[in-house]
Parts: sequence; C-alpha cells; structure tokens
Amino acid sequence: MTTLNNGVEANITQTQPLWLLAEITYRCPLHCAFCYNPTDYADHTKNELNTDEWIKVLRDARKMGALQLGISGGEPLLRDDIEDIVTEANQLGYYSNLITSGVGLTEKRIDAFKAGGLDHIQLSMHDITEEISNFVTDTKTFKLKQKVAAMIKDRGYPMVLNVVIHRYNIGHIKEILEMAEKLGADYVELANTQYYGWSLINRNQLMPTKEQIDEAEKITNEFREYIGNKMKIFFVVPDYYAERPKKCMNGWGEVFMIVTANGDVLPCHSARVLPNIDFPNVKNYQLNEIWYDSSAFNKYRGDDWMKEPCRSCSEKENDLGGCRCQAYLLSGDAEGADPICTKSPHRHLIDQALEDSKNEILQAQPIIFRTDKNSKELIQGEHKERLKDFKAMP
Amino acid sequence: MTQKIELTDIYKIAPHHRFQWEEAQNCYVILFPEGMIKLNPSAGEILNLVDGKNSVENVVTLLKEKFKDAGDIEKDIISMFEFALNKAWISKE
Repeated sequence: MTTLNNGVEANITQTQPLWLLAEITYRCPLHCAFCYNPTDYADHTKNELNTDEWIKVLRDARKMGALQLGISGGEPLLRDDIEDIVTEANQLGYYSNLITSGVGLTEKRIDAFKAGGLDHIQLSMHDITEEISNFVTDTKTFKLKQKVAAMIKDRGYPMVLNVVIHRYNIGHIKEILEMAEKLGADYVELANTQYYGWSLINRNQLMPTKEQIDEAEKITNEFREYIGNKMKIFFVVPDYYAERPKKCMNGWGEVFMIVTANGDVLPCHSARVLPNIDFPNVKNYQLNEIWYDSSAFNKYRGDDWMKEPCRSCSEKENDLGGCRCQAYLLSGDAEGADPICTKSPHRHLIDQALEDSKNEILQAQPIIFRTDKNSKELIQGEHKERLKDFKAMP
Repeated sequence: MTQKIELTDIYKIAPHHRFQWEEAQNCYVILFPEGMIKLNPSAGEILNLVDGKNSVENVVTLLKEKFKDAGDIEKDIISMFEFALNKAWISKE
C-alpha cells in the first residue's frame, strides 16, 4: 500500500502538473519493436478506468493547473469513449492532443472529435517504405496511415507527425521529411528511440551508429533551412551518444503527470520499473494528494536523494542526475547517476551497449515485438525460446 | 527573418494556437501543439487585444488609455508584435 504523507508539505511546493498524459489503455493493434510501454503491460490491461473516472481525473488535474492534455496508450481509439473525453477536455480549457497510430480513426469519429473541440492529432508514421513500416510495427498499417494523414489535414487539424527513429529508418530521414512536406505537416518530431520497455530489449537491433545519427541531424538541419517556418522539425537526440544525461521529464514530479490505464499515477512514462515505490491510484487517493504529498512523487523531487558523483557535481542543476529509470534499468541503482554521464561509474555499460549494437550476431537476433503473448512470456521469464518467433528483415 | 509591423496591420492569434487566461498560473498563456508559453503581464495585455479586429494602432491607443502613467509604450508594443509574429503566435487577418 502506498503511504501518503497527508498534510506534510512536499519538498518543493512550486511544482505544477502542467502536462497531463492519459495513457488511457494499454491495448494496441500495433506491435512496435520500439514501444516504450512496460514489457509487463499485460499485467496492467485489466481494470481500466471508466469514462466517469477519466472525467474526474481531467477535472481534478485542471484545478491543479494542468493545461496540455495528451490522450495516449496503447491505442486510445480502441476505447469508444474518446469522444466524451475530448468534449470534457475542451470544456475544461485543456489544449488536447490525441496521440494515435491512426488505426480506428474513421470519418465519423474524427468529425465527433472536431465537434467536441479536440485541438490536435499526433499521428505516428514509421517510414516511407511499406516494407519497413509494416515490419517494425508488425502490422499492415502503412497505407492506412497515409489515408488517416489526409483525413486529419482535411478536417483542418494541425498535422503533427511523430516518427520514431531507429536503425531501420534512419537512412531515410530526407525522404521521410519530404513525405511530411507532401502531407502538409505543420510539425514533425523525429524522435530517436529512447531505450525503455520494449525498445530496451530490442536495443541491439534498433540502435543506429554515431555516423548515422550525425548524418541524420545534418540532413534535418539542411531541410530546416529549406522549409523555414512552414514546418517545425524537432530532432530528439538519442542520449546514448551524449556525454551528459537529459533532464528527464524536466525533473521528477515538476511539471509532468501520467495517469495510466488502470489509474496509477506516475511522474514519468516508465517509472513503474523502479523498485520500492508504490505508485498511488486515483481510485484510492485524490490527485492533488498524490502530486503534492505522496511518497512516490516526493521520492526524487529536488536533489536531496542524490549521492555521489551527482551530489557534489557542479552541473547537477542542469540534468538533476538524469533519468532514474535508465539508471535503474542499466545499473540496478535507482539513486545512482544516469549511466549516460561520463562521470558515472557505470558509463562502461553505455559504451558496451554501443559496442554491442555494432555486433552483427547480436543485431541478427530476433526482435521481440510488443504483443500480449510476448508480454505474458516476459512476465513469466519465458523469453529464451524465441527462435520460433524469428522474423527476418524484408 | 524579422517581418516589419505596420500600424495599420490587423493580426489575430495564429491558427492552431490558443490564447487564454489561466487562473492557476495567474497569467495569460499561449497553447499550441507540443508547447505552451506563459506570458508576462505586458505581453498578455497586448495579445489580449489581438483579435482579428483591432489594428496595431488601435492596440497602442487602447493600452495607452488603460495605462496612462506608462509613458510612451508604442515602441515596446510594436516590438512585442514583431516578437510574436516571428514566433508564429500571431498571423495577419
């Protein structure tokens, strides 16, 4: 059970959950190899919050100052109450964003979203080739995504494309940007894979080389020059090739709050992997108690929790020691410096990962796609006998 | 790429952007895909009058009336328009 320090002030009282991410369901028709969702999501697919419970979350978070709402998953369109949720979000004054693969977006539904006041739709795209797009998602969704993009544009929505970048598509950055231009994209996010959840177990197969990333960034900058203000392009740099870690989520419990499908409240996407933290659930606690008073949200706020080399580091304010989940997932020490940092005693783990990603034998291992079956097997530790699921690149 | 502001220009909040008062932050904000900007009080006062009807000149007149002791604020207002236009928060009517 989570203990709440009721009435005790949080370490930092200036925090405000400006961004609310509603991971409204973990169910998903796609099986992306790079998904950041927890590999044990199959354990969390039961007891999804119902419509009324989500509406209460929206109201409570709005009272606390939340402004930007992301409706995500899994695939949010697998729920049939997104219409009610976006309508409520609009009435409350959120700037709302549906983050979708496009699967399940029909003319009827997009019209209802427009009428309800949904502000924008972020569509995931994977490549310019049907082969790679279908391979990495383990579905046949390439053509559908093209149709959905046209539908979004047609309804006057800002066209926001999100493309997760990995070894299979990094060589096509120019063509991907040209496709985005042709589709009339207003914003394009080229998000290099971050290695959590499913992407972490497929890291050797997904990680591009330093040379590929440098080339991709160069092409992106040239394209920016050419396109100017017409299309905003974000290039999310992969941290494995950096020397200092990212300021993850702009700080633990600072501005970002995630409510998962079953109502657990997290300060970041993958926090549930961390040991010895019970994340409070909206079915048991008020959202403001969770944000301000729960031990989970106070655990890594500020810098009291730090140990060396972070504690005495002159740069600690810049990155707050990096990502707690990455520190734990790679080194087993949730309070240690993010191993990305060259000052971390665990940096060799990153260097080893970069070496491993060049190893042709490791690269050729089967990808473990995000499926219910694989999730259940990973929970039970049955992930050795995988050759039967082998899928070679097209 | 600074665009020139004329007093006769009429601007509105750019498409896909939303400008609103936020009680919890006690300030005006601009919201757009993947982002938000908290505005300082003077920027908020200016953008609050950018409604697709008021010309830049009107905005200057209205704010001079509202803040009589503020002195000559025309230059500051124009530079705020320039800034907002370059950030693509506002666009021409």
